[in-house]
Amino acid sequence: MTGSPTVVRVQDVSKRFVIRKEKSLKERLVNFGRSNRHKEDFWALRNVNVEIGAGSTVGLIGANGSGKSTLLKLIGGILHPTSGTVEHRGRIAALLELGAGFHPDLTGRENVYLNASILGLTTKQTNKYFDAIVDFSGIEPFIDTQVKFYSSGMYVRLAFAVAVHVDPDVLLVDEVLSVGDEPFQRKCMDRIREFQSEGRTIIVVTHSMDQVADLCDRAIVLDHGNVEVDGDPIDALRHLRSDFEEMRREDISREQHDSLEPQTAARVTAVRITDHLGRPLDAITTGGDVDVHLDITADGTLDHPLIGVGIDNSLGQTVYATSTKMMQLAIPEISGSRSFTFRLPHLALNEGQYDITGTIYRTNGTEIHRYANGAPLSVETLGHSFGFIDVRATLLEHEDTSATVER
Amino acid sequence: MSVHDLERDKRAARLATEPLVPAGPTTGFLAGTGASIRGVWQYRELLRLLVRRELKARYKDSVLGFLWTLIKPLAMLLVYYFAIGKFLGAERSIPEFAIYIFAGLTAWTLFSEIVSTGTGSIVGNGGLVKKIYLPREVFPLSVIGSALVNFFIQLAILYVATLLTGSPPGLDRLVFVVAGIAIILIWATAWAFLLSAVNVYLRDVQWLVEIALMVGFWASPIVYSWEQVSGQIGGTIWGDLYLANPVTIAVMYFQRGLWVAGSDKPQPTGLGVHAAAALVVGLILLWVFQRVFARLQANFAQEL
Repeated sequence: MTGSPTVVRVQDVSKRFVIRKEKSLKERLVNFGRSNRHKEDFWALRNVNVEIGAGSTVGLIGANGSGKSTLLKLIGGILHPTSGTVEHRGRIAALLELGAGFHPDLTGRENVYLNASILGLTTKQTNKYFDAIVDFSGIEPFIDTQVKFYSSGMYVRLAFAVAVHVDPDVLLVDEVLSVGDEPFQRKCMDRIREFQSEGRTIIVVTHSMDQVADLCDRAIVLDHGNVEVDGDPIDALRHLRSDFEEMRREDISREQHDSLEPQTAARVTAVRITDHLGRPLDAITTGGDVDVHLDITADGTLDHPLIGVGIDNSLGQTVYATSTKMMQLAIPEISGSRSFTFRLPHLALNEGQYDITGTIYRTNGTEIHRYANGAPLSVETLGHSFGFIDVRATLLEHEDTSATVER
Repeated sequence: MSVHDLERDKRAARLATEPLVPAGPTTGFLAGTGASIRGVWQYRELLRLLVRRELKARYKDSVLGFLWTLIKPLAMLLVYYFAIGKFLGAERSIPEFAIYIFAGLTAWTLFSEIVSTGTGSIVGNGGLVKKIYLPREVFPLSVIGSALVNFFIQLAILYVATLLTGSPPGLDRLVFVVAGIAIILIWATAWAFLLSAVNVYLRDVQWLVEIALMVGFWASPIVYSWEQVSGQIGGTIWGDLYLANPVTIAVMYFQRGLWVAGSDKPQPTGLGVHAAAALVVGLILLWVFQRVFARLQANFAQEL
């Protein structure tokens, strides 16, 4: 990326929101002079520095309220920094909300022209793209119907179709990549990939970690307005996940603290993996068998608990998970320490690093404790495929095939 | 090398030659003016579409549709004609009273429609302002477009009416109409800029504007004549103040341009000077208010 020109430069940007509690003239006059008492400062971003090169796809991630949407709006020029500068070059299209600017009383056709114009296309250009837009949206029969009669799905389809047909150098996207039904989503993602291959820059705010892992070549983790991590998406996601894990643990412990009934505490104290003879193990060849042992300790007697085991890949995506509930097994009770073993035979995982997670739940399914990334497991394959699983694929040769296949 | 790689390189090369520009509007006083004008010019097609949206959506699903734009001023004309002209007797000193009122009403409607609709234009388009960056000036400006369409329809009716009464204005009077339109457009646009921006921060403004416009309607010689006013306050400071109102000047110019029957009626002295002053001051105000707008718009998205 060294050779590519910078398209977005954010230098030392801070953004303060003033939360006012009064809005009318009367209240302002009454509170004039002591209005500071009715104001509250909130720093959405603090001293953020980001430089984005052309052709990269950057994910802005973080918890709710971490400032990622604010940063996106600053880049798009919708908001102004309190201090610092935001600069960009090339045409920017912001997709912060699908169908912003759609007028319910106008027909789909009229709205396409209006929306395209808002996003910076001329009427002549829209004429050129119009058929493609309608075709992409797949709502041709309704294009001359007023959009207020559209279903919400049709509405976003049309809006997205317009948005991806404007010709931006930089596309800002806020949580709008997962709209419509599955075939349409796939179409959208294909379109985004096409954008990437054409060297367009995409800056995306999303909560979908899979999307970040899948699309981005760089991720920025924001936390309370500060840049926590800026770099490889895998590192960023790992960081964010551990943050979330911490938040969740705090929530759980607070809940347990707050709840009036004393509840039995229990913990998964260890996650171990072995082969079927009980020998410790941290690597297998794909298709091998694994025994997962969960050591569980309960302070008292826990009635009808549920126990779960899961396998996460290095991006944190769950590739496999099960529990005693799903297996329709019942554990009458646990008191004191006990060990449970799940046997996972023929693990046809693809090459990579995995982590085993053990969890204990109450009967109603609420989590008591999760031992995340309890044990590492690396899987080796012959390297003949990619994806989640490894399948021993073969090519069947027919006698009438003219092409010869050689190994 | 694939087509995509080629496109990628071409894009990178083109981007490298473009300068880095600050995101959002320029707030500088002089440099910003040019930037604002360029921005609006770039979006002129959107402006046209917004005007069309406004006009199309307004009377959509109503049977009479666009006719409603005519019915309202005609109803007002009838009410004033009978209530003020006949019952209060204003008609006796004003020949062709209907033409007189309609000329004034047409001018006033243009002004009040731009100001009142313009005031709410940013708040009304909040969804767009918050989600997409555009030169926000297009919203108050689009109001002018739709107001002008209504205005020219009324003007056409007025002209037909003067033909029917047998006293159509000659071409030599066109200059008064044009000057009147210019004064109204400049002043109404200036106020629309300022009020639409302030209204985002203080929603009371739209109610204040409503009252101010009601007062403004009676502060111009629309349903009564200058002759009647000058008899009361002519020559006093109040008379000067009355004539300092640019809308009053514009209304009088309209009447002079379209109301032929009143050619021999007395005119305030120095009306031409007043009109020229209204134009110059109006242009300065338009510029200043636009700069205020540009300054205030930085925080629109977070205040809405």
